[in-house]
Amino acid sequence: MRLKYVLNEVLVGLWRNVTMTVAMIITMSVSLTMLGASVLLYMQVDQMKNFYYGEIEVSIFLRDDVTDAQKSAIDQAIANNALTESRQYESKQDAFKKFQVIWRDSPDFIKSVTPDSLPESYRVKLKDPEQYGAFADQMRGMQGIQDIVDQRELLKKVFDIFNSIQLMALVVAGVMALAALLLVGNTIQVAAYSKRREVAVMKLVGASNWFIQAPFVLEAVAAGLVGAILGFVFLFISKVVLLDGRLQALTNVLTPIPNGNVWLMLPLLAGVGALVSAVTAWVTLRFYLRV
Amino acid sequence: MIQLENVTKTYPKASRPSLDNVSVGIEKGEFVFFIGPSGSGKSTIIKLLLHEVSPSNGKVVVNAKDVTTLRSWKIPHFRRSIGCVFQDFRLLPNRTAYENVAFALEVIGKTKAVARRVVPEVLELVGLGGKEHRYPHELSGGEQQRVAVARAFVNRPLILLADEPTGNLDPDTSIEIMRLLDRINRTGTTVVMVTHDSNIVNQMRRRVIEIESGRIVRDQARGVYG
Repeated sequence: MRLKYVLNEVLVGLWRNVTMTVAMIITMSVSLTMLGASVLLYMQVDQMKNFYYGEIEVSIFLRDDVTDAQKSAIDQAIANNALTESRQYESKQDAFKKFQVIWRDSPDFIKSVTPDSLPESYRVKLKDPEQYGAFADQMRGMQGIQDIVDQRELLKKVFDIFNSIQLMALVVAGVMALAALLLVGNTIQVAAYSKRREVAVMKLVGASNWFIQAPFVLEAVAAGLVGAILGFVFLFISKVVLLDGRLQALTNVLTPIPNGNVWLMLPLLAGVGALVSAVTAWVTLRFYLRV
Repeated sequence: MIQLENVTKTYPKASRPSLDNVSVGIEKGEFVFFIGPSGSGKSTIIKLLLHEVSPSNGKVVVNAKDVTTLRSWKIPHFRRSIGCVFQDFRLLPNRTAYENVAFALEVIGKTKAVARRVVPEVLELVGLGGKEHRYPHELSGGEQQRVAVARAFVNRPLILLADEPTGNLDPDTSIEIMRLLDRINRTGTTVVMVTHDSNIVNQMRRRVIEIESGRIVRDQARGVYG
């Protein structure tokens, strides 16, 4: 009977103040959508880093006038460097073959280039790609090196863009969350006011605090959960429509977002939505239902 | 049953204490009137006994429990041993007499089956047999107060506190409510009543404690309003 009473109170409470409930659910769902997008993006960037950084090489381009002695010195230095995982020599011919593959759609451009105009290079894989700076510093002094290029520098720019998008989503999530919290607090105040007689009697006859507070807290949790589910649906739809549909070209550059990750957002959003609502409601009640 | 030991209560921002070093003991089964002019501090005593407020100084012991040191989460359970009646009845307007009384049972975890057994019994006791399904607005003031008494008593508390229970009632109805409280007192329940209804005090001839400006100025075993 107690459970039935509490659940009934929750439904009545949500319905009594239905416009506020709707506002609460909408802000909550927008906030949680942004949170979910932000977390997904974070996971995505992480995954892309793993994917691309695994492939990443440091290229050491050699000068045109490099001598054989210098070349073998460089080769030795790379081989003996503690940071090196593997190295590969790329001759002018190898470079030209690669060049032909990369630019196969522009035969005119290929014709204008000869193997001789391309530099020889060493392609070095580092044990830890983050150590690029140290590695470059150690190599830079050597004779016969034209340039040391880290592909990471290029990727970093891409990741920076993702990171700032993620940050923006997080900021929006935070602002909306604040609005959602205020709405939850307000809804609970209104609910507590409209039930003040019942609450007064309950306190008088010694109903336990949880019993008095549970309907209010659960009311907020229910709204939070509905908001979370809506947020998840938004997120899933945007993923399917935008990334899998219209922006598919972009998705090919990015690594694809696995649906598993998106599903993972459901418990996350539900958990965050429910917990945040519950805590807000409870804190509000501490002020409005002094025992 | 009830002990106030050197109790002082000063509300924040008040220039003088509502209760000033008050000591009083009430035995089990007693019927006690607290009388005095408005603002003398008599209602503060009810609030202290319910632990709605804590004393600024001194000790309040109810049912052998030191209320002053009672943990806040234990207060609800503590209140189940105290029934309470007020001048304004405090009934739920959208519930019938039966439902008002049953509500008090259900919110402290009693089952509907218990309510079905106990509530008609207590409504009969307060003289509302046959009016169980009336709403408060369909009842007279005296009848509403009977519902409130039934609600306070349904849990068989050891103590019944009554804060001006006849304040809104005409003299005849007041007498009826007093007879009811007297009957409850005879079941062994300690009754503490705050009032300034001299008629009633003079008729009942029970212990009278008079308070003025927060101090006890009289404590008489079979007193009158004076």
